[in-house]
Amino acid sequence: MSNATNSRAESIARVLPALDYSKIAIYLLVMTFAAFFISPIWTGLVTAFKTTGAVTATTPFLPPGPDGFTLQKWTTAIEYLSTGMTNSLLMSFPATIASVTLGSTAAYGLTLVDWHKRTQFAVLVLFMFGIFIPYQAVLVPLSDFWINMVGVDGLVGPVLGGLPFFTERHSRLFAVTVTHVVYGIPICMLLFRGYYVALSDELIEAAKIDGASITSIYRRIVLPLSKPMFGVVFIYQFTMIWNEFLFSLTLIGSSASPAATVTLVLSGLGSDLTGVDFGLRMAGAFVAALPTLIIYVLFAEQFAKGLASDN
Amino acid sequence: MASSEDTVTGSRSIAAGETRGDWRDRARRFSKSDFVRSFPYWFIPFSIMGLGVYGGIGWNTLISLTDYEGFQPPDFTDLDFSMYVQALQDPSVILVTKNTFVLMVAFTTITMILGLFLAIVLDRGIRYREKIQTIYLLPMALSFVVTAQFWLWMYNINNGLVNAVIGLFGLGPYNWIGNPDLVLGAVVFALIWQFSGYAMVVFLAGLQSLPDDQFEAARIDGASTFKTYWRVIIPQLKSSSVSAAVILVIFALKAFTFLYSMFGQYRVPRATDILATLMVREAFQLQNWAFSAAIATILLVMSLAVIAPYLYYQYKQGSL
Repeated sequence: MSNATNSRAESIARVLPALDYSKIAIYLLVMTFAAFFISPIWTGLVTAFKTTGAVTATTPFLPPGPDGFTLQKWTTAIEYLSTGMTNSLLMSFPATIASVTLGSTAAYGLTLVDWHKRTQFAVLVLFMFGIFIPYQAVLVPLSDFWINMVGVDGLVGPVLGGLPFFTERHSRLFAVTVTHVVYGIPICMLLFRGYYVALSDELIEAAKIDGASITSIYRRIVLPLSKPMFGVVFIYQFTMIWNEFLFSLTLIGSSASPAATVTLVLSGLGSDLTGVDFGLRMAGAFVAALPTLIIYVLFAEQFAKGLASDN
Repeated sequence: MASSEDTVTGSRSIAAGETRGDWRDRARRFSKSDFVRSFPYWFIPFSIMGLGVYGGIGWNTLISLTDYEGFQPPDFTDLDFSMYVQALQDPSVILVTKNTFVLMVAFTTITMILGLFLAIVLDRGIRYREKIQTIYLLPMALSFVVTAQFWLWMYNINNGLVNAVIGLFGLGPYNWIGNPDLVLGAVVFALIWQFSGYAMVVFLAGLQSLPDDQFEAARIDGASTFKTYWRVIIPQLKSSSVSAAVILVIFALKAFTFLYSMFGQYRVPRATDILATLMVREAFQLQNWAFSAAIATILLVMSLAVIAPYLYYQYKQGSL
């Protein structure tokens, strides 16, 4: 009999060779934290599919039953946010492309070309401070500059007024785009710099000996080599600009403005005198986050890389 | 005589020609130098950034010395520090500064500890590590406007998940948002949720750069896992810790979007009012431009007090 138990225990031990308690504890821990990080997002997702009645009547993290299910919040949210989405796309793409390009050329001029080590270092330090300063320190001059000095409301209207759906208010969107380029350059520069410093010197030295100019080294060697880094920086910067709120709020002003970006519209969505419509809010939050979520799902690794070298 | 004069002028003109040629040659060489050729590459972005950042800061400082408010243009002839005096004497500014520090210290400390803990767990040969890391980092890819909506719902007094979970332990329900004693903690908790994945990524990068044999050596010496981490591994993560801490502190100083979005207005509950929200409210709701510029300068000085030593540390480490 004891023999039999022994052999059964042995066979179980054979089936589960590495069953050890610390491993189980670690996996439990990992799963608990995964639940912790997912739960607000998951709860939001299921709530977005619930009718207003079901939102208050059901457990928050359980999917709605058949009678509490609705897609109406999503259609309302998409209707509400579609202009904001268009505005955000119109702003984010040019702003990202410009700041990434300028960041790359700046990093090139400061790392792969040696012209004066000390000056280069001083310029680099000035860029570094530009990454960290709180934007609050430039907000008052920024709005003064765009609204009072440039008179941005009258600037773009006459030039681009002929385009469909382009109203004069969209000139505020132009101001936000340019602002994002200006303040996005330092971080893009830093990300590229880390990559260029680690780049092998050999190719560039060889090209220099062959008499290649600074421009052709950049175009023929550095640009092709930094393709993967362009991907990383683009993904990182696009996410940052899409998610940004402070510049939109202070330069565009109101979530009701036709130039409002999606984050600005979302901040005013689904609340009125009767209270907050959480189903609509959650649906809106997902619609607004959709581009960054898609990018994240597709390029999570690049995003993590951008974050990790951001220091 | 004439001929000798000729030779003199001749030789003179040759000399002049030589210096001119020398000058031209030098100009040509200069124009082909790496400095000139690389100038457009770094100077265009540098000047755009410099105007925005340093021009902006300078202008902000100038405005903070005026009495600029409302819709009248500022008067730059009468400059004084009255706004700073007013700010430092204002009890609400002092309260807000206190809140800023509480949020900064609590948020940074807990996020760092949690991030380090998660990094160590994930570094212990977990399967599907990349997938798990992706989940942990997901909140970081979302806008604060979006996550604020999620947490507003999580903290809802009647239907929120937080109250449902603590209800299992017989606690609550608490009014996380409405109770002035709880709201700051609730905000800090939500921000920790969003940022601990980031801290984890930074620490993981640090852990993976350490050689494996140290762990083996400590094990052979008979050290327990805990002791090995505490005595051997964690002290070597100093550089990662400093980086993560600086990013988190700077973020805490300028955190505005999450608070604004959670409460849907410039005026956030007093218990969560920090310098960053006060500054934006004073400027863009109340049009007290000079006063808010002074607050912004205070905020800038606080950030510089963190950034400057950090950059110096990086420089000393040779990693700048």
